[in-house]
Amino acid sequence: MLKSSITFILLFVTILSTFLTVKAEDNSSAGSSHTTEKFNASKLIMDHIADAYEWHIAKIGSTHVSLPLPVILYSSNSGFHIFSSSHFHHGTESYSGFLIAGEASKYKGKIVELAVDGSEVRPFDISITKNVVSLFASIVILLLIFTTIAKRYKEGFDRPPKGIQSWMEPIVLFIRDDVVKASIGEEKHQKYLPYLLTVFFFILINNVMGLIPILPGGANLTGNIAITLVLALFTFVIILFSGSKDYYMHIVNAPGIPWWLKLPIPLMPFVEIMGVFTKPFVLMVRLFANITAGHIIVLGFYSLIFIFGEKSIYAGFGVSVISIAFTIFMGLLELLVAFIQAYVFTLLSALYIGMALEQHEEHSEKRH
Amino acid sequence: MGLVMPDFGLLFWMVLSFSLLMWLLGKFAWKPILKALSAREDSIEKALQSAEHAKSEMLKLHAGNEKLLKEAMLERERIVKEARELKDSIVREAKNQAVVEANKVMEEAKAAIIRERAEAVNEMKSVISTFSIEIAEKILKEHLSDNKKQKDLVANYMENIKLN
Repeated sequence: MLKSSITFILLFVTILSTFLTVKAEDNSSAGSSHTTEKFNASKLIMDHIADAYEWHIAKIGSTHVSLPLPVILYSSNSGFHIFSSSHFHHGTESYSGFLIAGEASKYKGKIVELAVDGSEVRPFDISITKNVVSLFASIVILLLIFTTIAKRYKEGFDRPPKGIQSWMEPIVLFIRDDVVKASIGEEKHQKYLPYLLTVFFFILINNVMGLIPILPGGANLTGNIAITLVLALFTFVIILFSGSKDYYMHIVNAPGIPWWLKLPIPLMPFVEIMGVFTKPFVLMVRLFANITAGHIIVLGFYSLIFIFGEKSIYAGFGVSVISIAFTIFMGLLELLVAFIQAYVFTLLSALYIGMALEQHEEHSEKRH
Repeated sequence: MGLVMPDFGLLFWMVLSFSLLMWLLGKFAWKPILKALSAREDSIEKALQSAEHAKSEMLKLHAGNEKLLKEAMLERERIVKEARELKDSIVREAKNQAVVEANKVMEEAKAAIIRERAEAVNEMKSVISTFSIEIAEKILKEHLSDNKKQKDLVANYMENIKLN
């Protein structure tokens, strides 16, 4: 009850803020001598989904309200640079040879350095972007939650769970018993439990934070391919290092397969080796696509309001009712997806690790 | 295309901070949490086991009590029966004894009575003989006080002798 009402309020805030922003945009374009800028849904959606060098909150009148973030660059021409992203003036100005690449560039939205010949060169860029801030925020939240809980557990295991502990304990137990123990087995699961628990709660909290439209939330972190790539890479590395002899033998020489599928042309080994890479690849793409799709759909419903609003203000208001209803529905659905995707990523990681650990004693008997 | 191209900066920060997060959570959160959870499970299991143990112990004790009670009841019955038998036998014996005793006393009494009577009869006989001699003496003295009577008597005797 509480959770859904919170979601509702948050959605309402988003709706309101989006409405204000776009209305302000109308005013500013009317005030200036420029031709009226058409509402571009795909730009709005893509700008939201992509990373940014500043945390844009709203646009009131013609002033952008945003949180400038530190830019950290290393260029082979000019060395190290650390400066605030506010120097770019929301991407309109360049600063000490750097500028945010425009729509036409292949580095669209990224910081580039203009070379002598006028071409754009991408510097070594480890700026604290919107997603990095969101990442840090989620890590701080995770650490706060779980060290608080751990403190309570240290007081004594026989004390009943209290507060946030009673929220998290069933989830921890579920991950431990039904995901990790079930996939990896009783005796070896303890080694992989910390990683899998971290992955689960990291994905979960970032999925949920992505649904919350105000400051530490709202970034599309788990819908960013770099984040899911790193997560999948961790699973991949763990699989590689914990793979048993049988696991590697199985890849090279899969038992129970006719020899002519292996010998002149190593068809089966090729397929098996592909499988080693497709597993983490699929993990990466699934999480990325699910979360990004959720964000796109919600933003699409909002965009509908303004697309119709451009035709007629009344149509815009009319559509807003439907859009809001659908967005609330999608918000709830995304909340479910947030849990499901965190669960699926953890479950599949655990399953892959479990498969890599398996010892195949029965294969030697099966060989005729 | 920008959407599916991982950005280096984000990769860098993610690897760094996720490794740090994993280490920190592993050291300061998961370790104590998981330890406490398994300790709790162990203690619950132990408590359940001991409860089960206590239950079976109780049952055993109960069964023992029942058995003891049964045995005690059997024992009591046996004792009561024995006592009754003992009593019966004692009473019977006493009765027998009494009968024998009584018979003996009767016999003795009878014998004494017979003996006494015989003695009395004997005494009576001697007393009677003395009395009869004295009476005969007195009669004879009476009868033979005059001569005539003596002569009649002698005559009488003579006559009798003749008849014989």
